[in-house]
Amino acid sequence: MSALWIATIGTSVIAFALKYSGHSVPERWLSHPKIQRINALIPIALLSALVAVQSFSEKSKLMVDQRLVGLSVAIIALFLKAPFPVVVLSAAVSSAAVYRWL
Amino acid sequence: MPLSALGFIRHNVRVSKVASTTLRDSLSVSLTVGAYGVAFGAAAVANGFTVLQSCLLSLLTFSGASQFAVIGVLGAGGSALSGIATASLLGVRNALYGVIMAPRLKVSGLTRVVAAQITIDESTAVALGQEPHGDDAMRKGFWYTGIGVFVFWNLFTLAGALGAQAMGDIRAFGLDSAVPAAFLGLVWPRLTGNFERILAVSCALFAIAMTPILPAGLPIIATAFIAIVIGLKR
Repeated sequence: MSALWIATIGTSVIAFALKYSGHSVPERWLSHPKIQRINALIPIALLSALVAVQSFSEKSKLMVDQRLVGLSVAIIALFLKAPFPVVVLSAAVSSAAVYRWL
Repeated sequence: MPLSALGFIRHNVRVSKVASTTLRDSLSVSLTVGAYGVAFGAAAVANGFTVLQSCLLSLLTFSGASQFAVIGVLGAGGSALSGIATASLLGVRNALYGVIMAPRLKVSGLTRVVAAQITIDESTAVALGQEPHGDDAMRKGFWYTGIGVFVFWNLFTLAGALGAQAMGDIRAFGLDSAVPAAFLGLVWPRLTGNFERILAVSCALFAIAMTPILPAGLPIIATAFIAIVIGLKR
């Protein structure tokens, strides 16, 4: 089985197991303040790392290309309180423009 | 007209008003959030997943951040294990939502399976938003939003995946930038204070610094451990 299939199925199985466990385990198991706090921090860490790696790397090499422009435009859009689709679309359009014409 | 009848009518008018705001909230959230499915479908195909795999991720994983994470990690050359681990760490919050919703939903058997699958950011948020209107409105908000987002998210995923497949060179359409922009859009609302902003920037810099050194995917997962250590100490 290819890595992509393993990832697709593995992610789905664990995602459901996590959701179902929340509906099934006693509330006190997961309502510990430390767990709540860690749970608030993990998405910030992982998503920020993903932004960086997806913007500035190709496999294991670091590089700066049209994605820097896309990311900058996305940041500006977010500062202007643009809704999510506008953020993604403006990043895509600006990055595509740089890729095609520069 | 007896007073009790008047009271009954008043009660009904009030209940139907509440029901219609719940429905309206649920529908607007379902449509706007579901539409992001286009970005996911397109990004998944851009990162090497097939249309079928992209659609299965939306049907079965059905949690936006986890889905983007797994395609992001594998797209960057990471192993299946790194991808699964990153996606699963992001999925832990759905378990916490289940803990909040379970006592309100009071469901079992197959209904609980369905409820679990649609326990995500949006269904929980709309349900909690209906709290002033009572438990019944909360349940309605949860089910309407969960099912609505599920339907639209999956339809739009298929559209996005097919669209990206037809594109060819995804960089010419800016898809290579759409993925990090989507991650940024997901993390932005969480950066509520200086502590969160410093954590975000530190993790981004750490991941970049480790990218040439560690195998792909590990620099991302490693930041989760930074979060865990900080969370335990604070």
